[in-house]
Amino acid sequence: MTWSEMQPLLSQACWDTLYMVGWSTLIAVVGGLPLGILLVLTDRGGLLQNVVANKVIGQVVNIARSMPFIILMVALMTFTRWVTGTTIGREAAIVPLAIGAIPFFARLVETAVREVDGGLVEAVQAMGGNTWTIVRKVLVPESLPSLIASTTTTIVALIGYSAMAGTVGAGGLGDIAIRYGYQRFETELMWITVAILAVVISLIQFAGDFAARSLYNRGGRSGRAPKLRLLKAKEPAAADIGKVA
Amino acid sequence: MITTTGLTKIYGADGSRGRQITALDGVDLHVREGEVYGVIGQSGAGKSSLIRCINLLERPTAGTVSVAGQDLTALAGRGPRAGKELRQARSRIGMVFQHFNLLSSRTVQDNVELPLEILGTSGKERSRKALELLDLVGLADRAGAYPAQLSGGQKQRVGIARALAADPKVLLSDEATSALDPETTRSILQLLRDLNRQLGLTVLLITHEMDVVKSICDSAALMEKGRIVESGTVSELLATPGSELAAALFPVGGEAAGPDRTVIDVTFQGEAATQPVISQLSRTYNIDISILGAAIDTVGGLQVGRMRIELPGRYEDNVVPIGFLREQGLQIDVVDASDAKPELAKEAVK
Repeated sequence: MTWSEMQPLLSQACWDTLYMVGWSTLIAVVGGLPLGILLVLTDRGGLLQNVVANKVIGQVVNIARSMPFIILMVALMTFTRWVTGTTIGREAAIVPLAIGAIPFFARLVETAVREVDGGLVEAVQAMGGNTWTIVRKVLVPESLPSLIASTTTTIVALIGYSAMAGTVGAGGLGDIAIRYGYQRFETELMWITVAILAVVISLIQFAGDFAARSLYNRGGRSGRAPKLRLLKAKEPAAADIGKVA
Repeated sequence: MITTTGLTKIYGADGSRGRQITALDGVDLHVREGEVYGVIGQSGAGKSSLIRCINLLERPTAGTVSVAGQDLTALAGRGPRAGKELRQARSRIGMVFQHFNLLSSRTVQDNVELPLEILGTSGKERSRKALELLDLVGLADRAGAYPAQLSGGQKQRVGIARALAADPKVLLSDEATSALDPETTRSILQLLRDLNRQLGLTVLLITHEMDVVKSICDSAALMEKGRIVESGTVSELLATPGSELAAALFPVGGEAAGPDRTVIDVTFQGEAATQPVISQLSRTYNIDISILGAAIDTVGGLQVGRMRIELPGRYEDNVVPIGFLREQGLQIDVVDASDAKPELAKEAVK
């Protein structure tokens, strides 16, 4: 296969992958963010403590997460047809990708939001803020660097899942690698695909890390923003000197 | 201004698993308008639970809290969530925290504006108020900085400015200086004192540092095991014989030289401080007096002197001279060598 033959294939595949991953990330964030926050709020000792709701959401998330993506794609076909009117093609792949990514992202959000210092929540409560204010002004902004890191992780995972989307004729880079590289022994094309994937993932990871770090470092804090968990920036206990009268 | 009656907080009282812990055991507290009231006690005494029950961050198990004539416990409702009325009441009570609790994602000015955002104040008014308050706490030039760029003392100043944003009449201070070095502690206390005077702000603070009470409090209470064991204005406390708090506020050291000696603490306040009582005592009864320790200090704006002296002979032999001192209007505490000094006082002497 010559480069002029490969080139249109690859550019179409790149575009397909970006299209699927872009939309499913968007849906995963929109769906997973509230879900993750709800997991924190409804937990024991949370602002909206509701043990039953917490258990139910937790279980649903766990079941959805334990489902292999390829199975999820098949299992969701009826739903996919209901949403998009078809079970093949890019649009049809977006549905299972998004549904698979929502619980994944929700767990990451949960972890990120839990890292927010409870003292900040208390401070806003003491000002007379309600739960919605606390979510909007404390939990989300304070965990933003972690949330961005979580989004990066989700995008990378979705690129991985999207390789399986070829099964429903959605195209994409993974599909090229399997159909041409594996099934037709076009080794060259396969390696090019792999290289493109590596570059794309590196770029996304770099951009995500950069965004998370610059948010985290805002105001003179320095160092790497932890990938997923934000370590609490505790005040140094300069205190102990003047403690006892 | 702040009154609690029979305030009780038992953790684990809802019948769930785990041991029940009584953090507050029937606390009656009365803070007058415009005063600085200090609650002191060791960790675990229930101070934190007390201050959190005042604005109902913690729901008391029993008892009532009223602030500025409003019964907050009646506003609390049943569930763990704060209703609208309680939230409004809270917005009129400022609170500062040991670890400042500033939002790292917001600038100093935006942090100070936060309570006003919650109240729904317009943007222009918010920034005017925030800058005015930052000026008041001496941080007008750091409005655009992020909390991470500030020192501990500056962060607490921002915390104080934020607590004042909604024009509260009451300020609750939860160990506000405990994470600061002694120098910064002094400047923050000075600021609280100034605000108390300038704005007529009522301040309730909890602390484990005796110096805090000594330097700014008008009244104080000592908490032990969830109860208030002593309370009153600082001058009342100093005039109370055997007051643990007074001894801790104003400690004098010195041990008896031998077993057949009597050690007494003499406290001078106001008029009595000018009388040459010790030389009178010595001349009248012809006894040798050794001074073991002495100090003069200002406690709660009051000039107070305390002296620990040793008289020869056992207590029984010194009843008359001690009576003489009492007649002079001095407060006398006989220090019993065998009696271990109260915990708090011991700590303070260190």
